[in-house]
Amino acid sequence: MDIEDLVEIAEKERASRKKHVIRCCLAAGCMASDSKGVKEALDKAVQEAGLQDQVEVRGVGCMKLCCQGPLVQVDTHESGATVQVGDDNQGPLYLKVTPESAPSLIATLTGGQTSLQRGNPKAPFFTEQAPIVLANSGIVDPERIESYIAAEGYQALHDVLREMTPKEVVDTMIASGLRGRGGAGYPTGLKWATVAKTPSQQKYIICNGDEGDPGAFMDRSVLESDPHCVLEGMAIAAYAVGANQGFIYVRAEYPLAISRLQTAIKQAKKLGLLGSGIFESPFTFNIDLRIGAGAFVCGEETALMASVEGLRGSPRPRPPFPAESGLWSWPTLINNVETFANVAPIMRKGAEWFASIGTEKCKGTKVFALAGKITNTGLIEVPMGTPLRKIVEVLGGGAPDGGRIKAVQTGGPSGGCIAAEELDTPVDYDSLAKLGSIMGSGGMIVMDEATQMVDVARFFMEFCMDESCGKCVPCRTGTVQMHSLLKKILAREATARDLQKLEELCDMVRHTSLCGLGQTAPNPILSTLRFFRNEYTALLKDDVHNGRNKNHPAPEPAPAPAAGPATGS
Amino acid sequence: MQADQTLETKPQSGQPARLRLATIWFGGCSGCHMSFLDLDEFLVELAGKAELVYSPVIDVKEYPQNVDVCLAEGAICNEDNRELLYQVRQRTRLLVAFGDCAVTANVSALRNQLGPGNAESVLQKAYIETATANPALPGEPGIVPPLLPRVMPVHEVVAVDYFLPGCPPPADRIKSFLVQLLEGQEPVLTGKDIKFG
Amino acid sequence: MAAKTLTIDGKHVSVDESATILDAAVDAGIYIPTLCHLDGVYDVGACRLCLVEVAGSSKLLPACTTKVSEGMEIQTDTERLRQYRRITLEQLFAERNHVCSVCVANGHCELQTLAYRQGMDHVRYDYRFPQWEVDSTHSLFGLDHNRCILCTRCVRVCWHIEGAGTLNVSGRGAQARIITDLNQPWGTSDTCTKCGKCVMACPTGALFYKGATVGEMERDRTKLEFIVTAREKKQWIAD
Repeated sequence: MDIEDLVEIAEKERASRKKHVIRCCLAAGCMASDSKGVKEALDKAVQEAGLQDQVEVRGVGCMKLCCQGPLVQVDTHESGATVQVGDDNQGPLYLKVTPESAPSLIATLTGGQTSLQRGNPKAPFFTEQAPIVLANSGIVDPERIESYIAAEGYQALHDVLREMTPKEVVDTMIASGLRGRGGAGYPTGLKWATVAKTPSQQKYIICNGDEGDPGAFMDRSVLESDPHCVLEGMAIAAYAVGANQGFIYVRAEYPLAISRLQTAIKQAKKLGLLGSGIFESPFTFNIDLRIGAGAFVCGEETALMASVEGLRGSPRPRPPFPAESGLWSWPTLINNVETFANVAPIMRKGAEWFASIGTEKCKGTKVFALAGKITNTGLIEVPMGTPLRKIVEVLGGGAPDGGRIKAVQTGGPSGGCIAAEELDTPVDYDSLAKLGSIMGSGGMIVMDEATQMVDVARFFMEFCMDESCGKCVPCRTGTVQMHSLLKKILAREATARDLQKLEELCDMVRHTSLCGLGQTAPNPILSTLRFFRNEYTALLKDDVHNGRNKNHPAPEPAPAPAAGPATGS
Repeated sequence: MQADQTLETKPQSGQPARLRLATIWFGGCSGCHMSFLDLDEFLVELAGKAELVYSPVIDVKEYPQNVDVCLAEGAICNEDNRELLYQVRQRTRLLVAFGDCAVTANVSALRNQLGPGNAESVLQKAYIETATANPALPGEPGIVPPLLPRVMPVHEVVAVDYFLPGCPPPADRIKSFLVQLLEGQEPVLTGKDIKFG
Repeated sequence: MAAKTLTIDGKHVSVDESATILDAAVDAGIYIPTLCHLDGVYDVGACRLCLVEVAGSSKLLPACTTKVSEGMEIQTDTERLRQYRRITLEQLFAERNHVCSVCVANGHCELQTLAYRQGMDHVRYDYRFPQWEVDSTHSLFGLDHNRCILCTRCVRVCWHIEGAGTLNVSGRGAQARIITDLNQPWGTSDTCTKCGKCVMACPTGALFYKGATVGEMERDRTKLEFIVTAREKKQWIAD
């Protein structure tokens, strides 16, 4: 494979483009409401209408407005150009398509009518997005490498291998200002530089696809919708740091992502885009999949590496960091799916272009999974620094049925709840951290007035309690105690003493836990206490039996019963 | 009982008022009280400085008002324990969890491991399954107090001022605690003096 | 062999560069509480009792796994650390059923000793009272999960000192537990060499020699019956 071959594939793919391309979402969200059946029905309807020469029904990845799925969109144009988001050639978008309605949808191509509900591709939900990571999502066929190549895929890898030194690649990443999209926001270029500089005969690349936050589905969508962009990003990273083997760690709960990755890896190998001597350079790189067995903690990098090694997935203290001593003690570069998905676009369009998007300290875009009490549930990608209000009110369309938004939960169980009055906060790593939450991997759960915040904290604490690996004491036992204190508060059996104990525990678990899971587990409590403390105190009961002790020598309003002992609790 | 008479001695006029001391026996084996009696000759000294106003070793029916210090042995196992403890807390300045059952619930709480409904199964085992004669659950409203769903250490029910662990706390430990208290110091126990077990 | 100089609680210390903070402290005669650490096996940094404050680090660092570096300024016994250690110990006591008064290790238990050394005179958190079993199927040793604190010392000595690989951890969070082989009764383990290192390593009474607690004596009467049969029937037969 060389560049001519790549260009040839791209041109052939574009040339074979038919007049109508009917894009049918085949990502997990729409698949759950039978989009596969829709695609089959559309194929059949095309056959029956005899339109095979003019119409391609293309299974594509996530089309973002998940709450209205299965989504189908019709593009009509004569040239072979690839459709872009916001493209004028984008035709009607159909919502909640059923297999039964497929014939009527096809009939519209020949002047017929359909009763299908139409979506507005010019709605802010779509137009306010700035897709980089999701640029191909919902456009290319994730199961055909040619489709990705036609969208300029693997060109960046070629250019990097043939025209840049590894150091130049690292420098480009540093200049781009990209920060890790897994949650902590560590500068990606810096991480690459560390691994690149560590002398070693063996290095590894790991793509962390163990997305486990409740309500988060960004990485899943990227892997399902555009697996090749992750492979390409990993290959570029491998070249930059000097690795020849990569692993993608995906959770077993993502079977579709796994199967698409398997297909993608097979296709890339077949074309020589993975393997030895890629683009006729000395560079060799292979990628294998590792399937997680459903432990949230395996998203933590040291636990993930233990799991890849076939060990029990529990974290170990850092330092040493994976960059120095990772997989089988070799230097290892570990990045999140979304981080890798940013790489090829940065290489293709340049660090300056990327750095021009976002804020001073946070460059580029961020994908969010918008869920909860919000009109437009789905996937969005917006520039860093976009105000939270714009995300939930403009793109998200606010709370459904005119409800009022009370808080937005970001960052999953490690994150926090941001009160409605803080909605003007720009969404970037630092601003969210200031509010006691985190960017996290991009889950965003919107809550309305009916939400009881103590119960929200309890939900996340229950999650952390169940997902604690059990290795370190603060996380293993602290989450259990915090959960039980929250339950006690919700049952109106707790006193001010219990609340004090809860806060003390939050502090202790946060500062003494071994890994990020424990260190951030108290965040949902701390952030709800910060903004909604009154909801906690309203649930407390009076400490009637403790009016008198050495700390409170003067008896407080004594509930002295007239006769007999005090009763009840 | 010799010790009782000593402890009942009235204060000499002109001396400071004696500490009003109580000891109480909740769900425990009375071992802590046995250990208290192991104070031996210190009991005589103690009697000069403290007046024992309520205790299983003296015959006082009702827990009195204005108690300065109460040593509470045993875990809180039944409703009677709990109501009495509420009363104790209201009428006592310094409440001391006395011994491991009071501090940790200890052996008295082994039934908690049986989970919810443990009270019924424990009674069933003791009074039906292993009964040699007249198997029947004890029950007499107002007389036999029902078991609480879960046995608790004293501080889980009311605030406790000092903890005196041990199963039982050795007499030396009790003495060290009481001496500090009688001398008007803030009693501090350290090292092995707070060892459980 | 290069040396590093650092200060621990204001005391100047010089140690080999491969040393951990814990090594350096032990060298200097400074006490840092530990529980999962065991001399001779690798450290895992799990119990969090040895956390220390290091100037310039926003995070508390485990003394057992953190290597020394030049000029480090370490505090091992601040009010904050004492508070965290106490809570950690309280959490451990509340987690399972640590009833010192009826434990085989009473008076010889590192958890018990640490508790009073750290001034823990009671546990403020609600005891969990979970239901755990005792595995007494092994001919020599017993495993009482009620007293286990999951320090994994036993697992580490089993794998890295004895090399048998019998013990391991199964489950997660509060349900994590020590298992033998493929989660089977210890007595049926094919890999256990009965070396007893796990029992020696255990800081609490979770692993114990059988025969040490009440009601444990087992009699093997078959030998006696064998001799009786021999006398009566003049035959050396088992029946």
